[in-house]
Amino acid sequence: MSWTDIAALDDIPLRGARIVKTHAGCVAVFRTDENEVYAVSDTCPHKGGPLSEGIVHGKKVTCPLHNWVFSLETGEAQGADEGQIATYSVRVENGRVLMDLSQISKVAA
Amino acid sequence: MTQKLVVIGAGMASGRALEHLFEANADWDVTLFNAEPRGNYNRIMLSPVLSGEKTYQDIVTHDEAWYEANGVDCHFGTRVTEIDRAAKIVRADDGSEVTYDKLLFGTGSNPFIIPMPGHDLEGVIAYRDLEDTERMMNMPAGSKVVVIGGGLLGLEAAAGMAARGVEVTVVHIMGHLMERQLDEPAGYLLRKALMDKGITVKCKANSKEILGEDGKVRALLLDDGTELPCDLLVMAVGIRPNTKLAADCGLAVGRGIHVDDQMVTSDPDVLAVGECVEHNGAIFGLVAPLYDQAKVVAKTLMGEEAAFQPREISTKLKVTGCDLFSAGDFADGADREDIVFRDPARGVYKRLVIQDNKIIGAVMYGDTADGNWFYGMLKDGTDIAEMRETLIFGPAYQGGAASDPMAAVAALPADAEICGCNGVCKGQIVDAINAGAHDLGAIRATTKASASCGTCTGLVEQVLAVTLGDDFVMPSVPSVCGCTDLSHEDVRRLIKSQELKSQQAVWQELGWKTVNGCHVCRPAINYYLLADWPIEYQDDPQSRFVNERNHANIQKDGTYSVVPRMWGGITTPNELRAIADVADKYKVPTVKVTGGQRIDLLGVKKEDLPAVWYDLNQAGMVSGHAYSKGLRTVKTCVGKDHCRFGTQDSTGLGIKLEKLLWGSWTPHKVKLGISGCPRNCAEATCKDVGIVCVDSGYEVSVAGAAGMDVRETELLAKVATEEEAIAVTTAFIQIYRENAKYLDRGYKWVAKVGLDWVKEQVVDDLANRQALVDRFELSQTIYRKDPWADLAQPQKAERFAPVADFTMEAAE
Ligand SMILES: Cc1cc2nc3c(=O)[nH]c(=O)nc-3n(C[C@H](O)[C@H](O)[C@H](O)COP(=O)(O)OP(=O)(O)OC[C@H]3O[C@@H](n4cnc5c(N)ncnc54)[C@H](O)[C@@H]3O)c2cc1C
Ligand code: HEM
Ligand code: SF4
Ligand code: FES
Repeated sequence: MSWTDIAALDDIPLRGARIVKTHAGCVAVFRTDENEVYAVSDTCPHKGGPLSEGIVHGKKVTCPLHNWVFSLETGEAQGADEGQIATYSVRVENGRVLMDLSQISKVAA
Repeated sequence: MTQKLVVIGAGMASGRALEHLFEANADWDVTLFNAEPRGNYNRIMLSPVLSGEKTYQDIVTHDEAWYEANGVDCHFGTRVTEIDRAAKIVRADDGSEVTYDKLLFGTGSNPFIIPMPGHDLEGVIAYRDLEDTERMMNMPAGSKVVVIGGGLLGLEAAAGMAARGVEVTVVHIMGHLMERQLDEPAGYLLRKALMDKGITVKCKANSKEILGEDGKVRALLLDDGTELPCDLLVMAVGIRPNTKLAADCGLAVGRGIHVDDQMVTSDPDVLAVGECVEHNGAIFGLVAPLYDQAKVVAKTLMGEEAAFQPREISTKLKVTGCDLFSAGDFADGADREDIVFRDPARGVYKRLVIQDNKIIGAVMYGDTADGNWFYGMLKDGTDIAEMRETLIFGPAYQGGAASDPMAAVAALPADAEICGCNGVCKGQIVDAINAGAHDLGAIRATTKASASCGTCTGLVEQVLAVTLGDDFVMPSVPSVCGCTDLSHEDVRRLIKSQELKSQQAVWQELGWKTVNGCHVCRPAINYYLLADWPIEYQDDPQSRFVNERNHANIQKDGTYSVVPRMWGGITTPNELRAIADVADKYKVPTVKVTGGQRIDLLGVKKEDLPAVWYDLNQAGMVSGHAYSKGLRTVKTCVGKDHCRFGTQDSTGLGIKLEKLLWGSWTPHKVKLGISGCPRNCAEATCKDVGIVCVDSGYEVSVAGAAGMDVRETELLAKVATEEEAIAVTTAFIQIYRENAKYLDRGYKWVAKVGLDWVKEQVVDDLANRQALVDRFELSQTIYRKDPWADLAQPQKAERFAPVADFTMEAAE
């Protein structure tokens, strides 16, 4: 594990997301209503919609392009749709969001 | 041999420890110092004393007789000032010196006072002891008090004073009350209950300065410039362990006095108990763990084995009528699931947080009877897989019924308005039903409810079902989404009649089945609230689809298109130059003339949006809202200024209308067309509102469409003057805004309510027309402004860029 400081929690809007650019593509860092933080691939497996722009409800996000819904915890598409997005480890410490970049270097390598 | 124990502080923790010692007949000679001029009392019951439900005498835990019977040498009103650990001597501010074999710290904590300007004024107090309580009790009815801090203490102080007729305002920095113990829905109910008690609650309010006059507090100034006048200011923003004395005599101190599992400090002859200690990095603020500590410290003193173990604690608020319960962890973390139950009739909200089939958190409001049952399972880590479906209903209902889809309507009071057109309340409908009107037709005939626009039909049917029980078969109307059983029309009607002014209010009062909705209902509810309560409700960008949140149209490759407004399709060389410059500067790949008579810049990168907007703003251009469920374009022809057939100034009217209507949100997009004569070059008769100018005036027609459905508009009114054309148009758009289902285009909505009804409201009833125009104008005081200018400001623009970029780092 290599925890890297990426942002202040408050940089991410409540029930919203921000983008982190990495070698493995954009990662969307979400903040739920309950202040939980999740990091998943920003790219929808359907037609590449930017998930960071979706509506965040509970621990799920709805893709802004065609309304596929993904669990932020498992990355699985919900309901009838089938698909999976990568999830990454993040945690919050003293109001800062830390992300495990080692997972990403592995993907990129 | 009898040993000497000196105790510093006669608080709740040390008092309990002494009880344990004496009960076990331990052989100690005790000297007790207390800075407060009295012995041990039940500090947590100060709140009932403040509200008048108890007296100080009721809450004394140890009286003189008790101290005497146990041979305690009491020094009350005396502060220990110095400890000589080498000589084992304690010195106090009354000059006394006492030696000890063992020393026990029970100094509690100090209230935290925010060091903002004015904090040292007379009349600024904390809430900790009897003196503070008496100070508050002495405020005469009608005086004004501001409480900073919407946590447990602040709210108990506020409620206690409010019960005495004091005008209390609570100022809380966070988004909802008691945010450490409650989630937002429970915070909403608590706030509502406190407001019912006459307490003013201000959340997200940042205190800036305490203003004084002649050395005495006069008002609190918030950073938004609001001044809250007050005669007393109570700060209840947290506590800090009282460690100074311990630190001065060289004991190990962090946030609190360090103790081990036996409650022994870094000096084996000195022990500590209560809020002054720090154990394994944790400090304490509620009595339950302190009582556990007291047990351990007594055992340690008696030479017995014991170890302190922190445990899950639960919280209640001691304010009459505010029943809440909170335990465990209901935020932060992964792999969790919620079970939510709401009963709007009783104002009940319950939420369990489940992880790995165990309850890890519980929040409840309104009905806390099952709190301890859940708390027990939480502490024991009980596996709830078997009872998951009915768990939330509590122990009494295991295996019992599920929730009732009609609960929200059943809960409405008799005076709740059901039919807005005819002003019919639930009570009148129930009376009619009881008098024999057993179907919709009969209700319409006897009460007129649902007989006009028909939007409230679903609600009337539910009243029938609730009143008649199984005798009435509900036709099924699709609900908004899986979060509720109510239809859009039902929700809209209830938002108005029950004056629901926040998303929290809608979710709670209408019994939503999820914590915060889903992508289907959130944008709809957000729209309904801002349309019905433009002043009270604040638009929530996080409840909007991407285009409306980012104020640009997302394209299939994730870039955006930017369309600046061109009023009535008129532009200038300067505007065109600015658009050309933007296209060059930001390498915009495609520039297209739209069907709405303006120019679209396609392929703008998200992070460039704020800069593009800024540049367009500099040239005087604003958002064209080409992305919104709102006013899009007003397409015009050149009209009589240039055209030989023109009868009126169609371009001028188009510009006037666009300047009046722009920025407004509507259930679906709204497009206008204004043609200068019936040749109709602006294609006005396939728009939501189309105006065709004729010699005698203006023909205003509505409900056209040119999409998947193509519809010709229908004539709404023929008017003589431009003013009337504008008023009729505005009133039509407002009545559509107020009544249509979210995502019903104008033509669909008109088909549902009927053009005749619209005519009655907008054309025939002049007073109503004016009222609609006035309400539209009120809403426009908020929404007639450029969202681009707002988002282009540096602190907001930041949000359009990635928070972090690791692609620039050298790849290994
Ligand atoms: C209004 C109010 C309501 C509360 N409600 C609840 C509730 O509902 N539930 C709950 O669990 N908790 C509640 N609490 C918190 C609870 O009262 C405290 O956790 C508890 O009182 C702490 O006990 P303690 O013995 O550590 O300290 P305290 O009870 O504060 O006692 C410390 C004593 O030490 C004295 N002292 C300090 N320094 C010296 C010195 N140098 N020399 C001599 N004496 C000294 C102080 O004067 C004080 O009397 C409430 C607190 C307040 C103020
Ligand atoms: C996601 C889908 C759509 C996109 C991205 C889109 C985009 C656009 C844009 C950018 C314009 C120029 C508007 C302006 O100047 O403000 C436009 C015009 C127009 N759109 Fe769409 N549109 C979409 C869906 C629709 C639908 C569903 C309809 C029909 C119901 C529709 C009907 C029209 C018409 C009639 C015009 C011309 C307006 C006029 O001439 O007054 N569009 N569209
Ligand atoms: S609609 Fe009539 S007035 Fe307007 S441009 Fe066409 S012909 Fe001329
Ligand atoms: S691209 Fe995400 S749902 Fe189609």
